Amino acid sequence: MPARRADLRAAAAALLPGAAFGALLALAALLLALTLGAHERPALWALVEPRIALVVMLWFLASLAAGAALQLAWRRWGAVPGRLAEQLQVLAASGDDHALALDAPGSSADARALVAAANALVRERQALRSEIAARVAEASRAVEQERSRLAALMAELNESVVVCNLDGRILLFNARARLQLRTLADAAGGARIGGVEPVALGRSIYALLERRLVAHALEAVRQRLARGAAHPTAQFVTGTAGGQLLRVQLAPVRAIGASASGAADATSASSASSASSAACASSASSASSTSSTSSTSSTSSASAEGERAQGSAPAPTSAAAAAAALPDAPLNGFVLLLDNITREIAEADERDRLLQRLSEGSRGAVGNLQAAVELLDDPGLDAPTRERFLGVIRDEIGALSRRLAEAAAQSAALGRTRWPMEDMLGADLAATAARRIESACASRVQLADVDAALWLRVESWSVVQALLHLALRLEQGWGAMRLQIRLAPADKAAERAQLDLVFPLQPMSTETVVTWETEPLEGSAGPGAPTLRDIVERHGGAFWFERERARQFAFFRFLLPLAAATQPLDADEVVGPGSRPEFYDFDLFGRAGAQGSELGARRLVQLTCTVFDTETTGLEPSAGDRIIQIGAVRIDAGKLRRHDSFEQLVDPGRSLPEAGIAIHGIRPEMLRGQPAIDAVLPAFRAYAADSVLVAHNAAFDMRFLQLAEAASGVHFDMPVLDTLLLSAVLHPRQDSHSLEAIAGRLGVPVLGRHTALGDAIVTAEVFLKMIPLLEAAGIATLAQALEASRKTYLARLSY
Amino acid sequence: MNDTVKRKVLIADDEPNIVVSLEYLMKREGHEVLVARDGDEALALARSAGPALVLLDVMMPGKSGFEVCQALRADAATAGIKVLMLTAKGRDTDVAQGLGVGADAYMTKPFSTRELAAKVRELLG
Repeated sequence: MPARRADLRAAAAALLPGAAFGALLALAALLLALTLGAHERPALWALVEPRIALVVMLWFLASLAAGAALQLAWRRWGAVPGRLAEQLQVLAASGDDHALALDAPGSSADARALVAAANALVRERQALRSEIAARVAEASRAVEQERSRLAALMAELNESVVVCNLDGRILLFNARARLQLRTLADAAGGARIGGVEPVALGRSIYALLERRLVAHALEAVRQRLARGAAHPTAQFVTGTAGGQLLRVQLAPVRAIGASASGAADATSASSASSASSAACASSASSASSTSSTSSTSSTSSASAEGERAQGSAPAPTSAAAAAAALPDAPLNGFVLLLDNITREIAEADERDRLLQRLSEGSRGAVGNLQAAVELLDDPGLDAPTRERFLGVIRDEIGALSRRLAEAAAQSAALGRTRWPMEDMLGADLAATAARRIESACASRVQLADVDAALWLRVESWSVVQALLHLALRLEQGWGAMRLQIRLAPADKAAERAQLDLVFPLQPMSTETVVTWETEPLEGSAGPGAPTLRDIVERHGGAFWFERERARQFAFFRFLLPLAAATQPLDADEVVGPGSRPEFYDFDLFGRAGAQGSELGARRLVQLTCTVFDTETTGLEPSAGDRIIQIGAVRIDAGKLRRHDSFEQLVDPGRSLPEAGIAIHGIRPEMLRGQPAIDAVLPAFRAYAADSVLVAHNAAFDMRFLQLAEAASGVHFDMPVLDTLLLSAVLHPRQDSHSLEAIAGRLGVPVLGRHTALGDAIVTAEVFLKMIPLLEAAGIATLAQALEASRKTYLARLSY
Repeated sequence: MNDTVKRKVLIADDEPNIVVSLEYLMKREGHEVLVARDGDEALALARSAGPALVLLDVMMPGKSGFEVCQALRADAATAGIKVLMLTAKGRDTDVAQGLGVGADAYMTKPFSTRELAAKVRELLG
């Protein structure tokens, strides 16, 4: 629209003199007419009339000359400021200092002076910037050094380390984590389409780990934090689709700023994080505004020993009360230490079995021996019976020797590990179980007779799962009922607690209970899924079922180990704020939860984007043209994630027109053996999960994607931003909004174009440069960007 | 020894080497002895022969001693039979479980024959 206005003004400049001269002539005629007498007017008119053509001619020529002169002058002086202003705006907003070639063709000396002055300013800015850049580079070298020290340290760790924010987005990981999780993903079957890494910055850890398990561990950590524990950690073991077992230790990352005033730390933190992205001034400025202070708390496995000295909270009397008692612990993320313990667990099981065989076998054998030997002394023994007893003795001694030799040989071959038992307040376990049952069943759970002082040593997730399993089976059999959880020291077993799930007496057989005990637990499928009996054995506990007919109820009883007596509290090493280096992308911590906030209100710089491009056989999907390549790259927290890319050739299932080959360079033989679109699209959809799609001329690519949606059974329902439309929003006066033109304007180097991934990367860089320009134009959120795009699109249509 | 009361005792154990001794011991005590080699046989014999006492091994093929005990207690006809559990499982959780499912007494291998005989007399007395 403004372009049109500029044209209007030029036209006005051309016409203005004509109108002015005309008006002047008319005024002169009027004045003349007024001063003349009534008889003089016709006389004058008679004189003038024959020469009127001369006057008009004079007026016309004068108007033409003056109009041309004025239009020239407008072009020379009037239009220049507008154009200069636009170029200066680009310069001011973009971080780029491509030598200011403010062009003003045929402009005046004043305009040239203005350009020269502006150029001088730009040069000055350039000098300032390079100075800043040098300082930033210096600072970032220091950070880099810290970071590489940390990276070296992490590389040395035998465990995989992954740091996530509360949404489960990965902020940091070490090489071992990448390797381990990749192996797991591969073991789960299915080739990795598009070469996507399962672990990448900004991706969700929940693609790899069960969300509920992490939530359970976080809840346990919160309970401990609420009780004043300094460094609580929680552990769980999870099976993966490939049948691998992963031991996960979770430590919280706490927000310093949330509990104390963290202004001073915030500045240091943001300077560190912006230094790490010093190459990109725009993202540095955005980082300083979005980053919140964060410092990883201790990752040491101090576990719960510390908090027990603080005494225990009174037992909550109902599940609801327990939930309400959970305070809002200032967590803003967590550290996961992962360890693949499939082998170790197998060994531990083997060792347990060995030990059991040895002890139980020996007890049996010794029992047989003792009985036989004692009876040998019996005076009334006849000879054949005596011979039988001696036979028993010889037999048992032989068996014992063999068993001992076997055990010695086997135990040498075994390593040592254990299920990750942790100390947990029994009341917490009971409350957690009650909540879990109430959320999954219609049955209500009452916590009664829960001994508040009991500390258990348990693998809490599996115990809760076992209780849930029983509650579900009861409900499936006899409908919803009132359940009760009791916890007390065991009557007959030392160092054990008895955890009871009490229910109204039902006509159930012992066989039914045995089935429940030996089937895989509800909700855990797949090979290696534990049974209730496995879990009880893991705890060295016991499980049975008792009826109290007289009182018309029955209960399942678990015997679970009590925690060892309180150990002396270690001197608490307090990790001060700032003692840990800020690294990678901790400004991600500052982001709102994906579920909690409205996506549309999210700032552009905070969006997680999948920037993609497709190569196709041609331009007409309706005429049978198909996708032959998809390339994509992720943007997260205002940064391009080059290593988290997607690139996949696609067999279009049709011939490849020669015309396109020159453009995209993909030859038919390259497509042979590639997956078809219905295999690629689900992988791409998974890659793009939880993100906003960005493409240049997105409508084109989306048409091709949508055409393939039905066949592949996936749906691209996320918001889509188009860099072409955004460019038109930003620079309406520019003629071209091709990707090359925009990249040139914004100073993005164009490399490797016309491969899908190459174009996606250029588009992503262009998009990143646009974000601050859009913000300066008042378009800060996704919703605003979509609305502006829509308007521009309509405006372009109406042209 | 009390020869006037001849009672039936069921020995349920899959290990012949202990059955030899138990059988001799119980006969010496003056009881009539029945032997079962696994859990199901033990349950069937307990129901058909109606012994006064069962010496019940925990680790048996088929039904375990715990299950047999629970089944005996669940059935009014057999609920009154005394159950003495014998096991090589020495953990106190097993003792608790045994008593929890209704055993009258629990002895861990190895045990002294004298104590076993005394326990049986006590239960039948």
